[in-house]
Amino acid sequence: MTAASTEVRTDSLVIDGVEFGSRLIMGTGGAPSLDGLGAALLASGTELTTVAMRRYSPAETGSLFQLLMDHNIRVLPNTAGCFTAKDAVMTAELAREALETDWVKLEVIADEHTLLPDAVELVDATEQLVNRGFKVFAYTNDDPVLALRLENLGATAVMPLGAPIGTGLGILNPHNIELIVSRASVPVVLDAGIGTASDAALAMELGCDAVLLATAVTRAQNPVQMGEAFKHAVIAGRLAKQAGRIPRREHALASSAMEGRAEFL
Amino acid sequence: MNITLNGTAHALSDGASVTTLVSQVTGRVLDHSGQASDGGKLGVAVARNSEVVPRSQWAATTLAEGDELELVTAVQGG
Repeated sequence: MTAASTEVRTDSLVIDGVEFGSRLIMGTGGAPSLDGLGAALLASGTELTTVAMRRYSPAETGSLFQLLMDHNIRVLPNTAGCFTAKDAVMTAELAREALETDWVKLEVIADEHTLLPDAVELVDATEQLVNRGFKVFAYTNDDPVLALRLENLGATAVMPLGAPIGTGLGILNPHNIELIVSRASVPVVLDAGIGTASDAALAMELGCDAVLLATAVTRAQNPVQMGEAFKHAVIAGRLAKQAGRIPRREHALASSAMEGRAEFL
Repeated sequence: MNITLNGTAHALSDGASVTTLVSQVTGRVLDHSGQASDGGKLGVAVARNSEVVPRSQWAATTLAEGDELELVTAVQGG
């Protein structure tokens, strides 16, 4: 075992004192069946997964919460579908009661067309939830100023979007993500917009601590295979970031020496 | 008595508590602390007239005619 591989093994993600071996956080939206979702989650190697809170329906077969517990995956309830701080706080309170966790992925969106975070409501909700003892994972715009504000309000993690939810457009503003990472003292999780494995690798190369995605796996033609692809992408991106990439150059740089070449007539 | 549960009318015996309601809807037997007696996680939360009722208060919370109840759980999303 080389020193490098030992280092990778101990390179866990720590959030609020909890250690995770995987830096891939999964969402659960968009999967056609609970069984299929379970298989994709397992293939992805995720240890932390988001769920939404909705009205209980007796007709629903199987429990998502039970599925996650069976696979030893920690649950991260979200406030998806909330447009105001008031709704988000209420949803978080219900999630804390139902799932017995004070972790919450805070989503306060502005409208259904863009699904972009509403910065004003987000700040308000973060403040209220932190005061109520929640560990807030704030889903935010890729705005370095707002990200720092959320951290200063007591957010446990900031989760800037790569692109709008479900678009699969990848990371539209890598520069802003790098800026957010460089100024953050809390974990930065790239959340939303991921389309394929290389997007997740890029997020890690930019210095993000983890990546959160759902649609890219659940709506892929082969969710299990895509889950596995993301598992490797996140590891590869993290390794590349730590290894230190070569600087970009304007002109070519030969990797073979010119000396000692054979001469031909 | 009649209450509203998750937006639809629901009939309950007079004097029913939140525990009675949750047990009836989920088909699980609950202990006094609001946990499932089968040892599994219940995974639901209750709001009564827009106020969260903590699990520990379910047994002591008696419902009244016209109460609006929300019973929520974790579903796929996000």
